[in-house]
Amino acid sequence: MILDGKCPKGPIQTSWDRHRFDMKLVNPANKRKYKILVVGTGLAGGAAAASLGELGYNVEAFCYQDSARRAHSIAAQGGINAAKNYPNDGDSIYRLFYDTIKGGDFRAREADVWRLAQVSNDIIDQCVAQGVPFARDYAGYLDNRSFGGAQVSRTFFARGQTGQQLLLGAYSALSRQVKAGSVKLFARTEMLDLVVVDGEAKGITVRDLVTGEVRCHVGDAVVLATGGYVNVFYLSTNAMGCSVTANWRAHKKGAFFANPCYTQIHPTCIPQSGEHQSKLTLMSESLRNDGRCWAPKKAGDNRPANEIPDEDRDYYLERKYPSYGNLAPRDIASRAAKEQCDAGRGVGPGGRGVNLDFADSIKRLGEDTIRERYGNLFEMYEKITDENAYKVPMRMYPAPHYAMGGLWVDYNCESNVPGLFVLGEANFSVHGANRLGASALMQGLADGYYVIPYTIANYLAKIKPGTVKADNPECKKSIEDVKGATNKLLAINGKKTVSEFHRELGKIMWENVGMARSEQSLKEAIKKIPVLREEFWKNVKVTGTGVELNQELENAGRVADFLEFGELLAKDALHRKESCGGHFRTEYQMPDGEAMRDDENFCYAAAWEFKGVNAEPELHKEPLTFDNVHLAVRSYK
Amino acid sequence: MNLILHVWRQKGPKEPGKLEQYEAKNVSPDQSFLEMLDEVNDTLIKTGKDPIVFDHDCREGICGMCSQVINGVPHGGQERTTVCQLHMRKFKDGDAIYIEPWRALAFPIIKDLIVDRSAMERIIQAGGYTSCHTGGVADGNAILVPKPVADYAMDAAECIGCGACIAACPNGSAMLFTSAKVAQLASLPQGQAEAAERVCNMTDAMQANGFGNCSNHYECQAACPKGISVKFIAKLNREYQKALFK
Amino acid sequence: MRILTGSVGRKILMSITGQLLIIFVLIHLIGNSTIFFGPAGINAYAEHLHSLPPLVWLFRLVMLAAVSVHICYGVMLTLENKAANPGAYAVKRQLKASFASENMVWTGALLGCFIVYHLAQFTIHGTPDVVVGMDAANRVDVFKMVVTSFGHALISLTYMIAMVMLFLHLSHGIPSFLQTMGWNNDKTIPVFSTGGKVISAVLMLAYISIPVVILAGLLKL
Repeated sequence: MILDGKCPKGPIQTSWDRHRFDMKLVNPANKRKYKILVVGTGLAGGAAAASLGELGYNVEAFCYQDSARRAHSIAAQGGINAAKNYPNDGDSIYRLFYDTIKGGDFRAREADVWRLAQVSNDIIDQCVAQGVPFARDYAGYLDNRSFGGAQVSRTFFARGQTGQQLLLGAYSALSRQVKAGSVKLFARTEMLDLVVVDGEAKGITVRDLVTGEVRCHVGDAVVLATGGYVNVFYLSTNAMGCSVTANWRAHKKGAFFANPCYTQIHPTCIPQSGEHQSKLTLMSESLRNDGRCWAPKKAGDNRPANEIPDEDRDYYLERKYPSYGNLAPRDIASRAAKEQCDAGRGVGPGGRGVNLDFADSIKRLGEDTIRERYGNLFEMYEKITDENAYKVPMRMYPAPHYAMGGLWVDYNCESNVPGLFVLGEANFSVHGANRLGASALMQGLADGYYVIPYTIANYLAKIKPGTVKADNPECKKSIEDVKGATNKLLAINGKKTVSEFHRELGKIMWENVGMARSEQSLKEAIKKIPVLREEFWKNVKVTGTGVELNQELENAGRVADFLEFGELLAKDALHRKESCGGHFRTEYQMPDGEAMRDDENFCYAAAWEFKGVNAEPELHKEPLTFDNVHLAVRSYK
Repeated sequence: MNLILHVWRQKGPKEPGKLEQYEAKNVSPDQSFLEMLDEVNDTLIKTGKDPIVFDHDCREGICGMCSQVINGVPHGGQERTTVCQLHMRKFKDGDAIYIEPWRALAFPIIKDLIVDRSAMERIIQAGGYTSCHTGGVADGNAILVPKPVADYAMDAAECIGCGACIAACPNGSAMLFTSAKVAQLASLPQGQAEAAERVCNMTDAMQANGFGNCSNHYECQAACPKGISVKFIAKLNREYQKALFK
Repeated sequence: MRILTGSVGRKILMSITGQLLIIFVLIHLIGNSTIFFGPAGINAYAEHLHSLPPLVWLFRLVMLAAVSVHICYGVMLTLENKAANPGAYAVKRQLKASFASENMVWTGALLGCFIVYHLAQFTIHGTPDVVVGMDAANRVDVFKMVVTSFGHALISLTYMIAMVMLFLHLSHGIPSFLQTMGWNNDKTIPVFSTGGKVISAVLMLAYISIPVVILAGLLKL
């Protein structure tokens, strides 16, 4: 099937404005009759629930954490982009649009990206009004910095905790609606199934994580803002609870999964210290503004970093990409670090690390300036590694960080299942094959504040409210299915723990479907994953019962989904016989090692349809057209 | 290293709880505290016992989910450190470690080390926001906020809402948590329109939800993993007085 | 009336009444120190004070009100605070709270008892040790009364213990009232904390100096 993204036709500059006018509206008096279920309360979900509640819809919001304020958006450090052009350095909506398309390696939809760039300015205003304490100068104006390979300063930030502050802003707006009664919040509640009635999304089945109660919530539309899936690699910078579960269960009910192979590996994370490691910690990319990446020139050079003289160091990013240097985009910087380590030039335990050296900046700017800029990051680094990065270089290694892929959605953020909307990291729309720094926060809030309030009305205006009741047979069946799966997990009583399986899956994924993939490695993964999955269903041990707070059971369900999803990720990577952005196939590279895209054959979004756990998924394509940005080789030299 | 853990185990909110003893063996100094507990749990599961449940999520010190009182101090007493960022190199071989949940009237225990912190949500819901609508707001630069003011607001806004201040407070008071939000919004022009109403509603909510009153022990600031200063409580008090005369 | 019912309102009430009582403690100390000028000093001071009955009674009423409010709300807040913290930690290590800050209600209670005793003794003259008489100038001989009573070591000791309570109460009370009034920021917090202890210590030593000097025989009839 050829998918239609339903993008507005005509000049892109006015596409969103025209589309907004063309969409239907819901009469203000009727809004409260429509119930909308929002799953996830991060930037996208929190902003959506708050905005929809304020418009007068009857909203129910769900999160697995104990508070809506804890979603993993909170961990974003660097900042949020907007095309304000406050510094007068040549930025514009068009440039942000252009940079995002190019940064995504020409694998995103132009119209979606244009809209994102257009509303980016409104986001900043909205957050300021909420009381988000963005960095300011002494005169009181908003401060900007350059970030993640952009040549203009368009990033707004609140110290090293921008994600936290933006999320708290959305959370405060959400809290206001909870108080007003327009949003009902269900914390410690995990979505375990999507209820589809007559082909449309009409509800979700959830498990109350405190009591274990499984129940169905019905509504007129479902909004998933459930984040990304890179915990499929086990070790990632995501929170422990981040999972593919909500998306995967929706996928199993018919929603297409698009481009799962586009995963972002962040170049600056603290290297793993041992087998016990449960997650990796990201250090803001902004560190690369003042830190220089290098590895020893000689493989196996075991001298302490400070004793290696300059001539024995390879400042590999500066050497390979003279114009961008240490600020090369994430996928490029990550691969370059891996190259160094694969060639035996890595530093630290297991040789899995490269140096990020601040000595020159400290000499030039003084330790105080560096402390002022990155003090909290240096502190965090010391807590984890017990090393003082003012004295010795930081050790960094890439780690899975963000999922560009996600459920397939059209221009309205609506999936192929009518009534199912997907926002933020959970969808696939705007980042293409690679996301630029400070764009995730922008997308989450754009979708939540400015897109879904319009596009959902267009859907709701066409349907009658409240047609599906809780006693619908689909609801009962869904509850039975969820309970059945829970009981099955509890009954296995095998020998291995859930985390052991997750670790094993992570290893398979990281080694074969990680930063560099080959036909051989992908086939290896596709062979190994089903074997592990089969073992899981025979040999996992989940203690306790289903009718109590049971974290093992929660994790078991999530890992079970990763064991199915990982296979799809590998299959998508195998089918995409090109290298682009976060997807790097070793067979498809330029002589100098750069990614080689194949626009002739792969200029499309790959949307997979679920056909059964051990069945081949079916591929649907949405061709991508570029009318405003010309397809070109992405060069950062 | 090897450690002896004394962990609070409690099956449910109404069941009695008690400290139980476990051994943590071959702990690496590079492990985080929670990774040490993960391994203890794996051992428990394999012997068919219920693992210790505890709240955790981001494991990088920002989500505010983790909540354990370690050897009598919330988050373990390392300066500006949450449990998830506490590393085992801070302990010695043979140490006995006491692990308990947050304890306060407003924080009923759900299970083992997990407590119900929804009372804090209700404080925010009472007024921890500016009542701005989505859309239709002024340009970000139309409201000038000089750097010192923005920095002050940011200092307050760093609160991660973990509840350590309440767990540490001899009065089970939520004043530091409440004041951080009140001070952040009252110091910014955007928040000043509703400042009086906000401080009254939020402190009333604090009282109504079973939190005690502040008596200036400053235990909260000492336990806060983000180092939120009690100067914000003073700011709340000033705002409260202004509200009294409104 | 939020000031009578609110969490912060009642603390402000505690703070204001506390400040009135601290002012009284200061004035009372200045008055007491006239004893070092012998009978001429303190007897003249007492005579002067009692020649203005409406003012004395106004002052007494204000003090009575302040003490009553301070005690009632102090007890009420303490009970609420105890209830809010079931205090069931098996191990609890305090990082900042002090003996003084944790025992305000007890040091306050002892001070309350002392005030009753002190009034019964030197104002109502109801305790057996009190000697009431007139001096040569036909004034109430306060000097003789005080020196006689403090001559009993036990009475002096009671008085001194009460002043230690005063020290503990004020060493937390002074910084605390400043904080509750909102007159505090990062720079002043440590200053007030130390300043509060120093002022309380000075007050304690100054008050204690009277029985000490009398016991040492430096002030004699």
